[in-house]
Formats: sequence, C-alpha cells, structure tokens
Amino acid sequence: MTDISTAQPIDAASAPTSGQRIRAGTQVYMYISLIIVAAIVVVPLISTALGGFKTLGELRGNPFGLPTEWQWSNYTDIIISKRYWLQMSNSLIIALLTVFLTLTFGAMAAFCFAHIRFFGTDYLVNYFLIGLMFPAATAILPLYIRIRDLGLIDTYWGVVLPQVAFGMGMSIMLFRNYFRNLPSELFDAAFVDGCGYMRFFWHITLPLSRPIIATVGIISFVSSWNSYIVPLIMLNSESRYPWPLGIMIYRGEFSTEWQLVLAFITLTILPTIIAFFLAQKHIIAGLTAGAVKS
Amino acid sequence: MSANAIPSGNTLVVARRRKRSLANSKWPVLILFLPPALLLFTVLVILPMGEAAWYSFYNWNGYGSPTQWVGWRNYQLIFRNSAFTQALINNGLIVLASLCVQVPLALWLATMISSRIRGALFFRLIFFLPYVLADVAAGMIWRFVYDGDFGLVAGISHFIGVEPPFWLADRDLAMYAILGVIVWKYFGFHMMLFIAGLQAIDKSVLEAADIDGATGFQKFRLVTLPLLGSTVRLSVFFAVVGSLQLFDMIMPLTGGGPSNSTQTMVTFLYNFGVTRMQVGFGSAVGVVLFVICVTLAFSYKRVFMRND
Repeated sequence: MTDISTAQPIDAASAPTSGQRIRAGTQVYMYISLIIVAAIVVVPLISTALGGFKTLGELRGNPFGLPTEWQWSNYTDIIISKRYWLQMSNSLIIALLTVFLTLTFGAMAAFCFAHIRFFGTDYLVNYFLIGLMFPAATAILPLYIRIRDLGLIDTYWGVVLPQVAFGMGMSIMLFRNYFRNLPSELFDAAFVDGCGYMRFFWHITLPLSRPIIATVGIISFVSSWNSYIVPLIMLNSESRYPWPLGIMIYRGEFSTEWQLVLAFITLTILPTIIAFFLAQKHIIAGLTAGAVKS
Repeated sequence: MSANAIPSGNTLVVARRRKRSLANSKWPVLILFLPPALLLFTVLVILPMGEAAWYSFYNWNGYGSPTQWVGWRNYQLIFRNSAFTQALINNGLIVLASLCVQVPLALWLATMISSRIRGALFFRLIFFLPYVLADVAAGMIWRFVYDGDFGLVAGISHFIGVEPPFWLADRDLAMYAILGVIVWKYFGFHMMLFIAGLQAIDKSVLEAADIDGATGFQKFRLVTLPLLGSTVRLSVFFAVVGSLQLFDMIMPLTGGGPSNSTQTMVTFLYNFGVTRMQVGFGSAVGVVLFVICVTLAFSYKRVFMRND
C-alpha cells in the first residue's frame, strides 16, 4: 500500500509531461496519416469532377489541376440531354419499387416468423436464409430464362422482382430480429384487449419499427440504385437502362473523349454523394449495422 | 355466493376463448402474409438455383428445351479452362489483399479515429464515401486514374519524368491495379466494422492495462487486438463473400482482360456463359460458385466464428 502511494505521485508528476509530449507527437503523425489517406480517397473523385470541365487536350497535359478555361458545355450538354434524366428516373423507379416490395413482403413474412408458431417455422426461416449465402449471379442464366418465360424481359419488373427476391433473406432476417425484441408486454396487453394479429401488425408493430424500416430501406435502395448485373441481363432497350448501365454505354460511345465521360460520371454519382452527405448518419449506420446483423 | 366465484372462472373462460380465437386468427395472417415472400423467393431464387444444377448437364443455347445431355462434360470443361483457374487465383488474391492490406489499414484507421481526435467525424465520412458509390462508377473513375494517356497516372509519370505505364493493359499488372481499387472502395466499410468493434471493448480493461504501466503499443497488441478477434474474422468473411461476387467493378476497368488475367468467378460466368448464351456451361459455373459460397459460409462460420 505505502509503496503504491509513494509511487503514485512520481507517476502523476512524470506522466503528464511525457504523456503530453507523446500525444502532441502522435497527433501530428495521426493527422498526416489521415490526411494522406483522405487525399487518396478524394483526389480521384475531385479530378474526375474537374476533368469534366477540361478539354481533351488539357486533360492530357494537366489531369490534376484546375482547368485553365472551364468548359461548362461538357456538363450542360449532359444536363439538358434526355438520356441523363431518363436514366436517373429509370434508376429511381426501379429502386423505389424494389424498396417498397422488399419492405412490405419482408416485414409481413418476418411478422409471421416472429410472433406465430406454426408447423415448420424454423425450417421456413432457414429456407429464406439460404438466400443470404449466394449472390444473384450464380443463378443468373436460369433466372434470365424464367424472367423471359414470364414475359418480363426488358421491363422494370424483370429487374425489380429478382432484386426483391434476392433481398428477401436480408429483409426477413433484420425484421424478424427486430420484431422479436419488441417488448412482449405489448403483445400480451393487445391480445387481452382482443386485438387480432392484423391490427397488431398495423397499429403497433409497424409504428414501432421505424428504425428497422429505415435500415432495410436504405440497404435495398442503395443496392438497387447501384445494381448492374441484373439490369444488364434483363434489359435490352437503352430507354429503360438505369444509370450504371448508362455509364457503360456512354463510355462506349464517347471512348475517345474522356472529358465527356468524366462529366457524365460526375453527374451520375452526384445524387449519391448529395444524399450521402445529407443523411450520412443513417446511411453509414444502416449499411454497416445491416451487414453485420444479417 | 356463487356469483362471487364466477368472475374468476369467467375471466378464465374469456381468456381461454381469446386464446383459442387467437390461435384461429393466426391462419388468415399466415395465408395473407407469407405467400408473397415465399412465392417470389422460391420462384426467383431457389428454383433458378435448382434449374442451374439441371441445365448444367446439358449443352443448350437457351431456346426450346434442353435435350442434348452431356453429363459432366461442362464441369470438365470448366476445370480445364485456364481462364477459370485464373479466376480462382484472382479470387484468392482478393482475399489475400484483404487480409494483408485491407484489415491492417482499416484497423489502423479505426484506432486513430476512435481516439477522439478532432475531425474524426469528417475523416470517417470521407473514408466511407467510396463504399456508397456504385462499383461501376468506381471502376470507371479508376479507369480514368490508371489511363496512361489522360489519367492521373499519366500526370504523375510526366511529373517525375518517366514513360507512363498502362497498368490495365498489362496482364502482369492489371490484377494488382484492380486490387488497389478494391481496397480503395471497401476499406471504409471495414474501418466502420472495426470502429464498432473498438467501441464494444470494455474501457476498464484498458484502464487496468494503463495502471499496470502498459505502453500504447503493448495495450494495442496485448489487449485491444485479441479482443477484436471476432471483428477481424467478420471483416475477412465479408472480404471473402465480396470477392466471390465481384463483377460490377471489373467490367468498366478491364472486363476480365487483358487475355483473361483479371477474370473473377462471376466475370468468367458472364464472359463464357452469358455473352455466348451457353446456358449449360454458364449454369455449371453457377453451380460451382454456389458450392464454393455455401461451403465457405458454413465452414467459415463453423471453424472461425464458432464463438462469436
């Protein structure tokens, strides 16, 4: 005891100075490291955006710096073009339909799994979890043939339905875990008052589930907005292409004019970046927590 | 007298009746709520996977019905195909890059950001940004970066006065260039996993280490790192799963070329099955991929994540 109490003042006396010195030193080192990494992340993005304002000749000599003469027309030509807005609205329609169905079907099924015991519940839950184990690409050819036989090739539904189906495992998993953790007193009280399952779902479960609806909604929106392989296989007409397919087509058409391709990329990722900065807290939490839990 | 006794009996009866009516009312809910998900999932996920197994024994171009039975030939062709071997190697390289570069980088950044320095939120935001971008857009941006004529690599090369390399056109370098893009795109996500893992560590353990006189590095190596074991395993698991799905990013960068040096499992499936409409062969690739995915998911969960 006495050893410690005599030792402590010495520690306390020496600790602050050495501690502070180290801390100041490490802080500088930390900031330098963080800034370097941040630069590696941001420089390609900023150069892309700036490259869209240059001429091809200037891009060749000066890919990093500010343009000497800002070529606004690169951007304005795309903004006033029909294809840009068409692709954006195609992506939006597909994403909204995907989100709506993923939420509705997922929440409904998960509600059954969370609250109702019936023959084979566990088997059925595991059945849906199979969907989490492999990507849509594994079955893409039979999926294409199925969609073709259903007459849905080159329609929004031909993209939406497979996306919803492959999102079902994640959606059911997240909803079920959340529903099960709602206080069971609510359930007991509601049923003593004669509330049935349907009314319970509408009036109690759903209003209490906003956080998980947001999580599942964000995950399915982002993955649909960014999706490439399913639309690539299912759509033929350029008029129905979502923007990731649009980028590839645009690049194919203007392969000799990088400055236009850069302007096009910038404009297509702009909505994502704006949405990310506006709702960063929800998006980061949704995408990471969702991934970990499922 | 008896009227006094009845209420308790009555409520019991009522409760029992309610319970029974609840048990009866569960069927309409099940009949209404389960089929949409069940039907969609069965028809568009499970059946296609089963059909893939069936088609994989045929030589079929997708029209009419499959008639030309070829037995295991499609599978033999896959494993004899050098592009497929390259795809397997590349998928392994991606996992290796995740283990050797991505996990250490993510962990290092996470410890810095968790130390509550100023601007931590800002850096977190910037580092996570590539993760929300579409793979296609990220691939296209990096195609520009790596471009030897107009890209940033060209700019840097001219600055230091060397001939710019064409990384994506060089079959020995292209895959490493792509690994760089993968780390760029996904390290922020893994960093978030580690930040969450660090937050879950009991602060009193670290304080105890402080009192025992542990240095910063000792604390990290002997206390923090062992406690982050489950996060490391989770992070590697995501890298494995992600590598098996990688397709969107490869297409704008190289499309699997030059001479198949950057194929992954899925680009191989696309280039050799879908574009040539070789339904049998492509389905066989899908089945191989499925078996790999499921085996890995099960064995990884059983072996490494048993206690998590």
